[in-house]
Amino acid sequence: MSAETADRPGRIDARPVRHPGRYVAIVVIAVIVAMMVSSAVTNANWDWSFAFQIMKFKPVVNGLWRGTIVGTVGAMVIGVVLGVILAIMRLSDNPVLRGVAAVYVWFFRSIPRLVLLVMFGTGLGYLYPSVSLGIPFAEQLGHFIGLSADATTVGHIDVAHLSNSIIIGILGLGLSEAAYMAEIARAGIQSVDQGQREAAQALGMSAGKSMRRVVLPQAMRVIVPPTGNETLAMVKDTSLLSAIPISVELFFQTERIGSTTFKIMPAIMAAVLWYLIICSILAVVQSFLERKFGRGIGNQRADGGLRARMLGLAGGGPR
Amino acid sequence: MTTTDTQHDLPIVRALNVTKAFHGNEVLKGIDLDVHQGQVVCLLGPSGSGKTTFLRCINQLETIDGGRVWVDGDLMGYDDRDGQLYRLTEKRIAEQRREIGMVFQRFNLFPHKTAVENVMEAPIHVKGVDKKTARAEALALLERVGLGDHCDHFPAQLSGGQQQRVAIARALAMKPKLMLFDEPTSALDPELVGEVLAVMRELARDGMTMVVVTHEMAFARGVADKVVFMDGGVVVESGAPRDVIDHPQHERTKSFLRRVHAEEEHRVEAVTALVGLEGSADGDPKGAGQPPAPDGAAGRAGTSSSDVD
Ligand SMILES: Nc1ncnc2c1ncn2[C@@H]1O[C@H](COP(=O)(O)OP(=O)(O)OP(=O)(O)O)[C@@H](O)[C@H]1O
Ligand SMILES: [Mg+2]
Repeated sequence: MSAETADRPGRIDARPVRHPGRYVAIVVIAVIVAMMVSSAVTNANWDWSFAFQIMKFKPVVNGLWRGTIVGTVGAMVIGVVLGVILAIMRLSDNPVLRGVAAVYVWFFRSIPRLVLLVMFGTGLGYLYPSVSLGIPFAEQLGHFIGLSADATTVGHIDVAHLSNSIIIGILGLGLSEAAYMAEIARAGIQSVDQGQREAAQALGMSAGKSMRRVVLPQAMRVIVPPTGNETLAMVKDTSLLSAIPISVELFFQTERIGSTTFKIMPAIMAAVLWYLIICSILAVVQSFLERKFGRGIGNQRADGGLRARMLGLAGGGPR
Repeated sequence: MTTTDTQHDLPIVRALNVTKAFHGNEVLKGIDLDVHQGQVVCLLGPSGSGKTTFLRCINQLETIDGGRVWVDGDLMGYDDRDGQLYRLTEKRIAEQRREIGMVFQRFNLFPHKTAVENVMEAPIHVKGVDKKTARAEALALLERVGLGDHCDHFPAQLSGGQQQRVAIARALAMKPKLMLFDEPTSALDPELVGEVLAVMRELARDGMTMVVVTHEMAFARGVADKVVFMDGGVVVESGAPRDVIDHPQHERTKSFLRRVHAEEEHRVEAVTALVGLEGSADGDPKGAGQPPAPDGAAGRAGTSSSDVD
């Protein structure tokens, strides 16, 4: 606007603040990284080429797919869906629903996942060799009035046969995850302004619809980042599936190769690299979701901001 | 504006002896109100007098403890079978609310949806209108409130006055028989009040039945068919604006009006100082008479020189 003159200060040309500590830190880090790289390259025990080979072994890839990935996806689907339902129960007016949700969360958060999986894997088959889906006491009642058991049973699951399968592992991890997701979803729902639900209801939406259409989409903004954390934790927790026991699982497979070939480190590194790859992909998915649910919130003002527009400075002008 | 000849019609709103308590604290102590087709009723009263609560009782955002509320002949919230009331299901209450538009003090727009999506939401997902029709109607409504070219803005990208006008359009999209306004301008910067009042004035002129909680005396005087002054959960006095506002009978009304006038003057000074124009303040302090600028930049009008005539 105004030209630089002798009595009016002009453009600032100042020296920046020095940060000597930063240079020291950079040097220290560089030395440590160099040591690690040198060890990884020169120490033959790392045996990277064998590690890469292990990564592509059929049982390893199979374990990755059918154990780690399917396990993670399955458990997270159960966890998120059941978690949101539990959160809604926890926030309902019905004291019974509130109580049930609270007890559920208390129980499943208190039990270590490993213990839970052992319990599910061995315990279920031991306690209930076969499970009938039906009306409680229907069998006894049916017997009493002279019906055969088949007529009262809706479905029939052979638990002893299932117990080795991934389904029980998914169920165990999923039920445990739901307890954590319930708390995350509850925080998300509570973060949405009460006025949003009221506006939706004033428009004639039912409570359910205003939850689905208005509250949950906004709660997602708060729910997604910790759910990303949970998903990453779940990827790693699928390594607990071997406790069921399940052998079709990434870490179990690489470990077995390690112990049979005595190439312990390459085998572990093969698993580590796969975990790194999966978690990197998930991080990308998370940032995509965050952007999707952050819609309408944040810095989307392309036109120089509200204030400027209100004052008529940003142009934009009439049509 | 309607005249007294509609008085014998069935009222759009009839409230009889409405009572409501929060945790034993009685907030409404027997409110009666009739609002007829096309009437504009302004509710005045000091803070905490129960205006918001009463408004929310009309569309069942609050359940009432006693009395009855009918909207267009429908008993709100209950089914009356031979004198025995049965609570309606949540779904039926939601259906009753479709007929009643509500505009909130804090706008309460859906922040994750654009202006036009906000307006389309209820017609599509409550009424089942197809998307194309809903969009066309929504655009027409946004045009009507002067925001035709802001339809793809998110609420966060709009000024308070623009957001409130979108909120009005959103309520109108359900084609309500009745519009409830809860202090629609009191969260706005003074220079943005006029554009919202202008839209409401227009709406009143088009024959919409409205119940408006407001502190805008100029609006109440100019637009209302009836003014109701509430204090402490009761109606202290009600009647034509010139009676209640200009010749109040009760001491409580008088002292309230004195306070509001003092506040208003204070605000006019503030606006004048802000805008830096002495002339724009006289008679019509908040530019309440101006129609909204068609490009939605009415907030800017205060700084332009064109409105200092
Ligand atoms: N949900 C609630 N729970 C408990 N008390 C409430 C609730 N809503 C309102 N109240 C109380 O009811 C009284 C009337 O409130 P209301 O909001 O209806 O007043 P108002 O006339 O709208 O006031 P204002 O002009 O400040 O908006 C106040 O004392 C308030 O504290
Ligand atoms: Mg209020």
